[in-house]
Amino acid sequence: MNKSWWKILSFIILVYTIVCGFLLDVPRLPILNETIRNMYFHVCMWFGMMILFTTSFIYSIKYLRGFNYRNDIFAHNFASVGCLFGILGYATGVLWVSVTWVTDQGQSLGSVLKEPKLIGAAIALLIYGAYFVLRGSFTDIDKRARISAVYNIFAFALLFPSIWIIPRLVGSLHPGAPGSDSGNPALDKNDMDAKMRMIFYPAVIGWTLLGVWIATLKIRLELFRDKKLIHE
Amino acid sequence: MSKKIVSRCWFLVIALLVSMVSVAQNKVEMADTMRSNGKIYIVVAVCLTILIGLFLYIMRIDMKMSKIEKNKHAE
Repeated sequence: MNKSWWKILSFIILVYTIVCGFLLDVPRLPILNETIRNMYFHVCMWFGMMILFTTSFIYSIKYLRGFNYRNDIFAHNFASVGCLFGILGYATGVLWVSVTWVTDQGQSLGSVLKEPKLIGAAIALLIYGAYFVLRGSFTDIDKRARISAVYNIFAFALLFPSIWIIPRLVGSLHPGAPGSDSGNPALDKNDMDAKMRMIFYPAVIGWTLLGVWIATLKIRLELFRDKKLIHE
Repeated sequence: MSKKIVSRCWFLVIALLVSMVSVAQNKVEMADTMRSNGKIYIVVAVCLTILIGLFLYIMRIDMKMSKIEKNKHAE
């Protein structure tokens, strides 16, 4: 039970997120209205995804340094839970877009489809999708681990231009674009209300810990299954 | 006489301030009704139920996995 304190922490934080996230006051903003509370859920998915992909990237490098099969299993499962978070972030983003950009701002569907943040996120997720396709296409385990580790590093490097840099360079409806009133959404201390930050930052940690928990379960299963291959 | 005018002016100022505050609050539409009649608690309860259910489920999987791992080591 000592080792699982962070699982309990994750549960406590997420209960806190839901209770305080729905009940406490949020700034009254036009267009956003109550949907600002999506900050505690939608944005946390992307933050969690970024942290999980970074972990996966580190394990890929570790794999390439020593060719320990264990690290390949870690990298693969962290990337898959990162992808799950990314897809959930995308799906919740679509719902949020449908009420704020389309209904309240009167944006046409065409301008939403041209939205660089959405295209960038889709590209990033598809690149990670290709990672799993690539893994699945090898029958040789060592070759699979080696090539997918290299590809994972490439996929991680491409995350930055596609979801962080390009949407900030060109015009975008998403917060964080030039011309929008927020410079660096969620991270800038002037950008978010102090009361919201009290919930938002713990929420990021809570959701990420939940993702890590799911990833460790998948890792344990795979380690158990491939016990013979690992030679420990 | 002048006292009466001053007090009336004060009344006007206060009335204006009160109306300004209420305008500032009503300008942006929020789910205030949901909050005042307490239905927001139902939403919180539903979300918490789902969250607790998910955590119990994942905890059971975790425990099962630990059990299997322990058995394997015992062999």
